[in-house]
Amino acid sequence: MTYAIEAEGLTKRFGKTQALAGIDLAAREGTVLGVLGPNGAGKTTAVRILATLLQADEGSARVAGYDVARQPQQVRQNIGLTGQYASVDEDLTGTQNLVLIGQLLDLPTPAAKARARELLEWFDLTEAAGRPAKTYSGGMRRRLDLAASLVGRPSVIFLDEPTTGLDPAKREDMWDVVRSLVTDGSTVLLTTQYLEEADALADEITVIDHGRVIAHDTPDGLKRIVGGQRLKVRPTDVGRLDEVHSVLAAVGDGPPESPGRGVLTVPVKDDTALGATVQRLQAAGIAVTELSLHLPSLDEVFFTLTGRHTESEEVAA
Amino acid sequence: MTAVLTAPPRAVPPASQPVQRGAKRTIRHAVALARRNLIKTMRTPEQLIDVTIQPIIFLLLFVYVFGGALGGGSRHDYLQYLLPGLLAQGIAMGSVALGQNLNADIEKGVFDRFRSLPIARSAPLVGAVLADFFRYLTLCVIYLGFGYAMGFRVETNAAGVIAALALSIGFALCFCWISVFVGMKARTSGSVQGIMFLLIFPLAFGSNVYVTPGTMPGWLQAFVHVNPMSQLSAAVRGLTVGGPTGAHVGWTLLWMAILLMVFVPLALRAYRRRA
Repeated sequence: MTYAIEAEGLTKRFGKTQALAGIDLAAREGTVLGVLGPNGAGKTTAVRILATLLQADEGSARVAGYDVARQPQQVRQNIGLTGQYASVDEDLTGTQNLVLIGQLLDLPTPAAKARARELLEWFDLTEAAGRPAKTYSGGMRRRLDLAASLVGRPSVIFLDEPTTGLDPAKREDMWDVVRSLVTDGSTVLLTTQYLEEADALADEITVIDHGRVIAHDTPDGLKRIVGGQRLKVRPTDVGRLDEVHSVLAAVGDGPPESPGRGVLTVPVKDDTALGATVQRLQAAGIAVTELSLHLPSLDEVFFTLTGRHTESEEVAA
Repeated sequence: MTAVLTAPPRAVPPASQPVQRGAKRTIRHAVALARRNLIKTMRTPEQLIDVTIQPIIFLLLFVYVFGGALGGGSRHDYLQYLLPGLLAQGIAMGSVALGQNLNADIEKGVFDRFRSLPIARSAPLVGAVLADFFRYLTLCVIYLGFGYAMGFRVETNAAGVIAALALSIGFALCFCWISVFVGMKARTSGSVQGIMFLLIFPLAFGSNVYVTPGTMPGWLQAFVHVNPMSQLSAAVRGLTVGGPTGAHVGWTLLWMAILLMVFVPLALRAYRRRA
């Protein structure tokens, strides 16, 4: 089995903050590794080390077969990086951004221009190609940023929270792009805060928290641990919560829980539970303001794995 | 994104390519990056105020407001004395924007992309310095052109003027590495300006730019003498309006070498360390 990304015992300290406390990561060639974790878990630090932007204090990592510390130039020849913050140049047009990257990758100017045209077309940016990137919408900018990381046809692609801040439709578009990259043989390391995204794209998921790996599994394996889909119901009349509770107890695959006031959730086996729930609620004449089927949120994943909530949630609560 | 379903445009991964090395390649990259900086400047021409409007303000202010008092009555004589000095000072002030822009580039994450590419680490910095050449050229043209309109006259010859321009711009391309270094070290692009002016004001005013140092206390005269700004302004003065030249040119060249030897490695190291 060949690994396109292999990291062992990476640590990194910034002053008093231990950003990484010894993490292992591995992605087989031609697969997507999802790195799931809340803000500040160390996802970005790990990506920056693997992309040779940062040196680890301890540990070692190989990307595309090259050691990130000893052979950084060879690593750089084989990777594409799309940062958490779109790192295209705002003053340059879409074309100028991509042509510049092409020139820096030693493409002759005509070839760099042709490659830019090709990528802009693929990412549906042809019409905006001549406009400065600062006039682009958030989704367009993400696409341009991703295009910029693909100019050199990298075999390993790092996507650091590629869909944060995008609306659901744009997110699905981005997922399609990631899928087609993998179909084409690239290896992708994707960091995300959404289990849904990791589930949709990743072959394996590593969950990290406070710079440590707290779980590593396939999406199905992880869902077995943290629970698969959950049904969430919020009745219009809070007084009827008890009745909703008995409905959910009947259709669910476990005891209903109340994650907040006036809301109940229950784990379900498959989406037929949704129809059954609707029927039972209608029969009982219970009106609802919310009825949804979703994967556990990052917070729920964390609660199951560590017994505590993510810090961002604690602050909000 | 209708085209998503089609195969993405890839070909054979370049994994088998050997990593090319060499100065030629780095220079090519630096030129490509310099072009990027020039495009940015074209898009925001107000970035050129410090090398266009500001020199004109300095000339008007010092010639018409202070010139009569400082120049012993002859405004023309003072202009002849002042302009080469202002050119030297303008070069130091013109370098501030370089550090600010580099700092902003790093903050915005633009440099992360460059650092993930198989190019020389120095290329983005060298590229930015190369692009600055045109700012310094603009500065020189403005000073000579507007100065001419105000009555400044070359008293040597064309070769002298060309040598003065070459020396000034050459000095600028060495001095600006201080700004690059500060740009790498400073936490915000706003603080780059503050730090740079802290350095530039003593150099500009503790010099022979505005007045001959004859009336200054001895210790200050000693500083004025070693100050690179004095040496450059005296050299430019010699080359354009006459007077002692050779030693000042020599001192200026020595300073250029020192600036490069000290600040290029410092700037590169700071760039490498910046996470």
